[in-house]
Amino acid sequence: MIVPFIKGFANTFKHMFRKPISVNYPDEKVPTFPRYRGKQVLMRDENGLEKCVACGLCAVACPADAIYLEAAENNGTVQAGPRYAELYQIHKTRCIFCGYCEEACPVSAIFMGKDYELAVYSNQDFIWDKTELLVAAPGTPPASQAR
Amino acid sequence: MATDLTPRVTTELDYAGAERLTMNMGPQHPSAHGVFRAILTLEGETVVGVDAVIGYLHRCHEKLAETLAYVQYPSIASKTDYVAAMTSELAYVMAAERIAKIEVPKRAEHLRVLVAELQRVASHCLWLGTWCMDMGGALGGGATIFLYCIRERELVLDLFEKLTGARLLYGFHQVGGVRYDMPEGFAADCRQTIDLIEARLLEYEAMLEDNTFFLMRTKGVGVISRQLAEEVGISGPLLRASGVDFDLRRDAPYSSYQDFQFKVPVETDGDCLARYRVRMVEFRESIRIVRQILDGLPEGPISSRPGVKAVAQVRVPKGETYTRVEGPRGEVGCYLIADGGPKPYRMKWRGASFSNLAVLPFIIPGHSVADVVAIMGSVDPVFGEVDR
Ligand code: SF4
Ligand code: SF4
Repeated sequence: MIVPFIKGFANTFKHMFRKPISVNYPDEKVPTFPRYRGKQVLMRDENGLEKCVACGLCAVACPADAIYLEAAENNGTVQAGPRYAELYQIHKTRCIFCGYCEEACPVSAIFMGKDYELAVYSNQDFIWDKTELLVAAPGTPPASQAR
Repeated sequence: MATDLTPRVTTELDYAGAERLTMNMGPQHPSAHGVFRAILTLEGETVVGVDAVIGYLHRCHEKLAETLAYVQYPSIASKTDYVAAMTSELAYVMAAERIAKIEVPKRAEHLRVLVAELQRVASHCLWLGTWCMDMGGALGGGATIFLYCIRERELVLDLFEKLTGARLLYGFHQVGGVRYDMPEGFAADCRQTIDLIEARLLEYEAMLEDNTFFLMRTKGVGVISRQLAEEVGISGPLLRASGVDFDLRRDAPYSSYQDFQFKVPVETDGDCLARYRVRMVEFRESIRIVRQILDGLPEGPISSRPGVKAVAQVRVPKGETYTRVEGPRGEVGCYLIADGGPKPYRMKWRGASFSNLAVLPFIIPGHSVADVVAIMGSVDPVFGEVDR
């Protein structure tokens, strides 16, 4: 009757001398592993041009219908190829972070990033547009980090 | 104890008024493992009837499957049973592969079994922790064992994050194989983790086995007789705790289970304690299977098809099939009807928890309210899978 209790409490007592495993979030961040699928990033090529050619394959592959994009011809004012996505939006509340967009993209323009702190204060901010997805072009101020 | 074969539900009792009390347990209840409403009819502290109300978590999964292509749905399939996401993904891709007669490389099959068994460990960790927390009490559980179990579950989720990039809903399977190969150093990490978990199982048992409170809460509580188990059609650890020696992994091997040795635990008592014992053995057997896989993982490709390059790339000819997979909670089935297009014509899930829940009206009456949570916890329902 009493022996199992002694065994059990000995077990919990031992735990008092173990290193705590809890993490002081948000002061300490939990590191992600290399394959982590977080908020997407749109890439630029080595010349600083936007890689995305607005083919729309990612939007078709997306099982959650989270991607909306509008293609446009480049008139030379944008740091991009001849055809680029004028509007590229990912709807955060729809996206399930499956990574199919990354897999579908023929030119490797979109990647799953590492950012997992996605809470926002306003429902307007649930849509990521290019200012938040696109990596900064060399020589331009960094794209908005606002969430 | 009401283990006879008539379910006693509130509507069938002739309600006499004053001395009976109707109580809603749920849909939001701290000890319910999801949104589930049980309408209990009480006589004093004793439950005499129970109605189950489900459907609060219905997300139209089966309809959704009709609107998504074969390449797209696997990542959504994981959302049916979110505690064991790998299982339902596997059932779905197996169904598509069987109709389309798609070969799956050996390495992919072994990786599928690897994740399925790791998933079973993770799922059983969550079950043990939450169940013991529901029952409360000093060493009968309480938050202590919950935190211990969650600690171990995190380790398995870390492995999954290394492998797939996600911690809960993986999207690991694809028609024709798997999407991700093992990263550098994964096998070593995996070995380390399962060794640790195996050692920690002894800690859980030190706290629970022989513990008087735990035995009082579980022994002889919620007895499912063998006859009842077979009649209601429950599956998984519940069935094996009632003396039926049946495990799909051994009796109808899928993927590559025929390559591995493992024991199927069977208990005959059918009470909560028996279900606990079955699952504790399953922990160890899963770990054994994981070791065997890591020892003999064949080299080769991980998928016979490319990834999601184009949505309509997987062509499944006309046909229909039913695949079943032994998940942590029992038989997860996927009935798929294909009409030759890129999307299924119709898809139906058999959720293990859904069928297992059906046993509640037979076993709960006669117990006190406090035992209801113990019984519910030992059934281990996941309401994402019940309601789909
Ligand atoms: S991660 Fe998946 S859900 Fe999210 S945008 Fe990409 S394809 Fe769509
Ligand atoms: S991100 Fe890739 S797939 Fe999507 S529109 Fe741009 S180029 Fe096409």
